[in-house]
Amino acid sequence: MIFYIIRRFLFLPLTLLGISLLVFLMIGLLSPYQRLATFIDSPERLKGADIDKLVEFYGLNDPLIVQYGRWLKNIFQGNLGWSYVGKEPVYDALMRRFPYTLELALFSIFPILFLGINLGVISSVNHNRPLDHGLRIFAVVGWSFPDFVFGLFILMIFYSVLGWFPPGNLSLWAEEVVKSSAFHSFTGMTTIDALFNGRLDIFWDAFLHLLGPVLTLTYVQFAFILRITRSSMLEVLQKDYVRTARAKGLDERVVINKHARRNALIPVATVSGQTIIGLLAGAVIVETIFNRTGIGSFMSLAAQQLDYASIMGGTLFFGLILVLGNLIVDISYAFIDPRVRLE
Amino acid sequence: MNRETRRILRRLLSNTSAILGFVLLIFFVVVAIFAPLFAPPPPNKDPYIMPIVTWSSNPLPPSPEHPFGVAGKRDIFYGVVWGTRTAFRVGIIVTLISTALGLLVGAVAGYFGKLWDEVLMRITDIFMAIPFLVAAMVLTTILGAGLDKVMIAMTAFSWMYPARLIRGNILQIKEEQFVLAAKALGVSDFSIILRHVLPNTIFPVLIQASMRMGSLVITAAALSFLGVGAPQGYADWGALLNYARNWMLGGQGEALKYWYMTVFPGAAMVLFVLAWNLVGDTLRDAFDPRLRL
Repeated sequence: MIFYIIRRFLFLPLTLLGISLLVFLMIGLLSPYQRLATFIDSPERLKGADIDKLVEFYGLNDPLIVQYGRWLKNIFQGNLGWSYVGKEPVYDALMRRFPYTLELALFSIFPILFLGINLGVISSVNHNRPLDHGLRIFAVVGWSFPDFVFGLFILMIFYSVLGWFPPGNLSLWAEEVVKSSAFHSFTGMTTIDALFNGRLDIFWDAFLHLLGPVLTLTYVQFAFILRITRSSMLEVLQKDYVRTARAKGLDERVVINKHARRNALIPVATVSGQTIIGLLAGAVIVETIFNRTGIGSFMSLAAQQLDYASIMGGTLFFGLILVLGNLIVDISYAFIDPRVRLE
Repeated sequence: MNRETRRILRRLLSNTSAILGFVLLIFFVVVAIFAPLFAPPPPNKDPYIMPIVTWSSNPLPPSPEHPFGVAGKRDIFYGVVWGTRTAFRVGIIVTLISTALGLLVGAVAGYFGKLWDEVLMRITDIFMAIPFLVAAMVLTTILGAGLDKVMIAMTAFSWMYPARLIRGNILQIKEEQFVLAAKALGVSDFSIILRHVLPNTIFPVLIQASMRMGSLVITAAALSFLGVGAPQGYADWGALLNYARNWMLGGQGEALKYWYMTVFPGAAMVLFVLAWNLVGDTLRDAFDPRLRL
């Protein structure tokens, strides 16, 4: 198993190198003039300037492999480039925005797992009864809801009509407090920082701003957990040890909760890991709709404006999350289920 | 009809959610085929561009003339009807091409193994390490707006899933007696893959493809929604929802007035994806004996 982990870690830099090469090749499809645009911060600077000279200056006419080498050299010096969208270095932009995405993922994963697992168990125990059918329909509809459609509905009802969950990160007054020097930032996650600072009002405000996106992600994602739990429970409930447990006269609740559910949760654990990874890497749409400044909405802006330093840095960051996340999921799988041998 | 076919048909027809899925799908097929009847396009114009019906950019509520209302100067009903064609076109073309590509890569990796396998699977890993939506967004923006660009970008980042599936299946089947027998008889690698291996692995691939259809259509619409997909005025559900977005955030307390901008294209999308998910589920239940409960 140690060898397996080492092997996977050795592949990590190779995969990241591959990702960067892939993104670089995609960007290479653009003409040097189009790529120049991301170096120019205001159209004023183009007035009277010799565009060909600028292209030459930034080395955009060099062969792609030379440009790639130059970019790689910068990376090894810890320089990810200047983000045109974030108006700061790409590294700083990613580090400042990632806590918002992490916060959203943390707040979403609990309701997703809670609903998915509990409703999945209820569904399997009532197999083929009306309750089972009802829950399955509820789940498959949620599964079919594009996040931006559901997000717009949430926005329409809970913000525009009821005025409960406003979009954005924070209200204006709270934003001012958080940016002031009296407020210490420990994690970058506003809710947690607010608790450390003893500002319950700010915690509540940040929490309200989180509810809309959390609700959206929960409904769109929990269906998958429900499905896995349900089919895994149905399989386990037919096992001999469940029959034994029933035969020796155990209470049905003990049979379900102790003997069946614990065994049925093994596949759910893997899928949950993938769901967390998906939340970290896939909140692009939800962050955009609810105006949250996480890495998802950052990438969306970067892609639309072809800010290629941000695109390169962002995809590498996503790649890191995905590869590391999958590795952690695989390893923890071996811990949860000792029958699994990694090779 | 042999016994197995009858059994599968009976299973398909005895399941309510399966029937619902097929009925919805047939409904959308009918809408797509007869789009020119439901929403006649103006003569001598590209029917996929929604015609401009008013000069004010304010949305108009449903009326007898515009049953779903007007958004972004364009008739929502027209957009929903012709958007059905767009959804089918994007979903089917991307699924077909990416599945074919995946079959090729997966078959080569699984059948020849060794170095081929290692190299192809590492490339697959790299493509899978970029989130699908982000990758499709970046590539679409680079290629320039347009539905064909959306389809190219989505194909480039979705061949990995069938490739992985087919590789796994081939690794299993490669050791079966009938493949070894064919090899011993001197049949060429190419025809072993084509005649013996693929037919035995094709069903899971088809089921996976039908289940992926929904998410592909969602992604295409998401790109249009973000404004990097279909060009301005193109009949596309995501583009219609994009018109709604600004009115949701801007018109505080009044957004419910504009419900029709979200509800009609949104409902079309949800039902379309729901249809594919139900059909995919049913196919899986019917063909995968392990899940027969």
